[in-house]
Amino acid sequence: MNGLATLIGAEQALLAALILPVLGAACVALLGRAPQVRDAVLVAFALVTFLTTIQLVAPVAAGERPGVELFEFISGISIAFEVEPLGLVFALVASGLWGVTAVYAFGYMRAHHESNQTRFFGFFALAIAAALGIAFARNLVTFFLFYELLTLSTYPLVTHHQDDEARAGGRVYLGILFGTSVALLLLAVIWTFQVAGTTEFQGGGILPTELTSGVVLALLALYVFGIGKAAVMPFHRWLPAAMVAPAPVSALLHAVAVVKAGVFGVLKVIVYVFGLDTLTMLRGDAGLGGRVVLYMACFTVVAASVVALFQDNLKRRLAYSTVSQLSYIVVGALLAHPLAWLGAALHIVTHAVGKITLFFCAGAIQVGAHKKKVSELGGLGRQMPWTMGAFLVASLSIIGLPPLAGVWGKWYLVRGALAVDEPIVVVVLFASSLLNIAYLLPIGVQAFFGEPPAPSDGSDVAKAPQLCVVPLVLTAFLTLVVFVAAPQIGSFVEGAW
Amino acid sequence: MSEHLPALQVVVPLLAAPVCFALRNAAFARAVCLAATWSSLAIAWTLLRQVLQSGPISYALGGWPAPLGIEYRVTVVGAFLLVVVSAVASIVLLYDRGSEQQRLPASRHYLYYATFLLCLAGLLGIPITGDLFNIFVFVEISSLATYALIALGRSRRALLAAYSYLIVGTIGATFFLIGIGMLYQMTGTLNIEDLRQRLPDVLDTRTVLIGFSFLVVGTAIKLAVFPLHQWLPNAYSYAPAKVSAFLAGTATKVSYYVMLRLIFSIFGVGFVFATHRFDLVLMPLSLAAMLVGAIAACYQDDLRRLLAYSSISQVGYMTLAICLANVQGLAGGIVHTMNHGFTKSALFLVIATFVQRTGSSSVGSVAGLGRVMPLQGIAFLVGGLSLIGVPGTAGFVSKWLLVLGALEKGQVWVAVAMLLSSLLAVVYVWRVVEKLYFGEPVASASSEDGESEAPGPSGSALWRATPTALLIGLVILLGIWTEPSAEVALAAASELLGVAR
Repeated sequence: MNGLATLIGAEQALLAALILPVLGAACVALLGRAPQVRDAVLVAFALVTFLTTIQLVAPVAAGERPGVELFEFISGISIAFEVEPLGLVFALVASGLWGVTAVYAFGYMRAHHESNQTRFFGFFALAIAAALGIAFARNLVTFFLFYELLTLSTYPLVTHHQDDEARAGGRVYLGILFGTSVALLLLAVIWTFQVAGTTEFQGGGILPTELTSGVVLALLALYVFGIGKAAVMPFHRWLPAAMVAPAPVSALLHAVAVVKAGVFGVLKVIVYVFGLDTLTMLRGDAGLGGRVVLYMACFTVVAASVVALFQDNLKRRLAYSTVSQLSYIVVGALLAHPLAWLGAALHIVTHAVGKITLFFCAGAIQVGAHKKKVSELGGLGRQMPWTMGAFLVASLSIIGLPPLAGVWGKWYLVRGALAVDEPIVVVVLFASSLLNIAYLLPIGVQAFFGEPPAPSDGSDVAKAPQLCVVPLVLTAFLTLVVFVAAPQIGSFVEGAW
Repeated sequence: MSEHLPALQVVVPLLAAPVCFALRNAAFARAVCLAATWSSLAIAWTLLRQVLQSGPISYALGGWPAPLGIEYRVTVVGAFLLVVVSAVASIVLLYDRGSEQQRLPASRHYLYYATFLLCLAGLLGIPITGDLFNIFVFVEISSLATYALIALGRSRRALLAAYSYLIVGTIGATFFLIGIGMLYQMTGTLNIEDLRQRLPDVLDTRTVLIGFSFLVVGTAIKLAVFPLHQWLPNAYSYAPAKVSAFLAGTATKVSYYVMLRLIFSIFGVGFVFATHRFDLVLMPLSLAAMLVGAIAACYQDDLRRLLAYSSISQVGYMTLAICLANVQGLAGGIVHTMNHGFTKSALFLVIATFVQRTGSSSVGSVAGLGRVMPLQGIAFLVGGLSLIGVPGTAGFVSKWLLVLGALEKGQVWVAVAMLLSSLLAVVYVWRVVEKLYFGEPVASASSEDGESEAPGPSGSALWRATPTALLIGLVILLGIWTEPSAEVALAAASELLGVAR
């Protein structure tokens, strides 16, 4: 790894990380007639992208901020990239899990006899490129550009089946994501430019101090709700709607790249546009009004968990669980305390590895056992021990049990909430953990200790393809690894503020 | 030579028209026409660069100085419009040969090119002349040619559309002429620079106010300002494909220029906005156009009517920019003439290609075409995204400046209305995109349908793809590289408002 670092400088690594997925998409398009070669090339691109992104860790940890400026958009605003710790963590999560998902997707798409696989993998790679663009964006305009590209490049993935259900899901997906970004986020970006004279992300924020708390609050609301990918209620409906997509899409895009791009965006905007001082002042000035957005996110945490409790469709249940977990991160960002920010940043990582495992499992169950509903999963653990075992481990991680990754995010979030004296948030977090247990744990437990819903005649032995099972076991194992590595990740991220 | 460029800008297409007529041969006429439009583009580009470098250029036509003769005056905003108009004309004219002359027998195709050139000469004359009456003359030249071009459409309804446009357009022109008469009576001059100097003395007279009203209403008809837009959907949807693409990218844009000149150069911001609060009229109309046009577009079943109503909505953005009357906002309106002109022309060309294939222009007829004609499908998608204003396309640049202008004026709700209108654009664009990629393609049009267009000659596919690709390329390029568009528009807006950048 260090050998490579001397081969290419940080700037080149940054550019390469952005360009490689696009090249990957191009290669996929060219190799469409030779599926085996295409898939191998795709995994190679994913791995190289990940390794290239890793090259950036050492310089960034040392305090460097490698950057590239492509061109000037309008005078004073450039399309430009700069690597900072927060974005790098998100980039590592997205690019690292891309390769794992690619392998999983080969197994899933083959076993499911999905059509148009070349288009699928091509847009998949483009979506990763867009996610990395978001991660490394140096200013709000670049961020917005790649944010919209991510929506566009994932639309063909969500509507992959091209039937009426996909069309309906695609409408909700595009309608909400475009709607919020065009009507709210863009307004917020231009407004920021108008009052601050810049859109560059800067430590400590860029908003001028003389802004009234009303304007700051309006901007805050525009950003948090305008970044629709963060799925704060009432703009969460696109996420369950997007579940019409094939399982690998749900796994990577709707547990990792798209939704995490959203919450990462919220966190980044709050850290680098608003800054600690502005938000602390807002808390003091605006009283209860200053907390409206925070409480909306808290409401999302609890409400989405309750909704998840009543979903029988496994993927929909996981989708609502994601809505709830995303708002943890939004809450953490809005608490505006270094400890809460740390919790939010860690939760991006820990939830990613946990939730991708759960979606992998849901897909494997669908392929292996042809089951989509929670109520049908009793006793499945005996037929698919690895899959259901991974499901159980990932569930425990999401719930937040040590020694699994999920505990860290919640730990720092609670500490942050206590530090800024927001007991309601603490209550919400604990209530949500209880709800997590209620809607996730029974699935895994039932699979191992419950009875099958109907006596099996033994003709359909559930078995998922190896290419599906290996990745999901790997990501389940990652929840352990991340638990151990979390302190390192934490001290790395803290360089951001 | 180069000091005569302002005259050549108009003279080249104006003289090429009778040459086409005299040649009496379609192939030669087409060659002459192409040469004339592309050299117009070269002249316009040169003029724009000169004017950016060394300020406005004054040119006395025939050597007669201003009060006696006609002055041509190249300004930044005028030169910008010259580039827009000649670029759209040059690129659209490349579009395949078989599509525009259905109502003309093959032996008389040259007439089409002659008329096209006359129209272009008129449209190029408007932004370059420094004389108000001369503007009227050029408006009439271009309008008369436009009526003839629209009447060439393959459907018989094209005649009706051309006729109703003729009536409405003539009313507009008459209003304009009455207004000119009143100003002449009060000031004794037709030269815009002289008018600017002499008008302040008589600004508080009722005659000037009425003259202003006549001029503005006359221009607003041509610009299709809501609710004077009724002629536009028919004209755009029944005209020949190439003509729709040409007009959509030029005609309303030039009228917009006239409006800018009237308000900012002749009467001045103080008279129009401070004394008479014209913004209280224009602002609600612009907002209504933005929203009503977009909503109407959502309900159209005909692709070209959909684009036409979208144009009405986009004109709303541009007139809104006038009300903002600050550098950022006005630059947004000016740059939108280019961004929207290229976008809309490209979209009309794409639709023309679809119509050529399916024989129908209903939204349903494009089902599945995105997979059959992938490049045209992508072109529509990119053009549509530019209408919405997605970053990376030209439309985003306009929207950025417009919203910034609204916020700078402290009118957050105007910014919100603008963004709501782009949400409606998502609806009408995506209706078509869904059809393009989800439906199954219907069988190709049956040839016994008398109204359907005959398949073009072989090799025409290239002629169809090239101009669309050029325009879409420009839409993307101008979305990320704004030096020739937004930067020039900012300079033009500062010039109009008389402020230093």
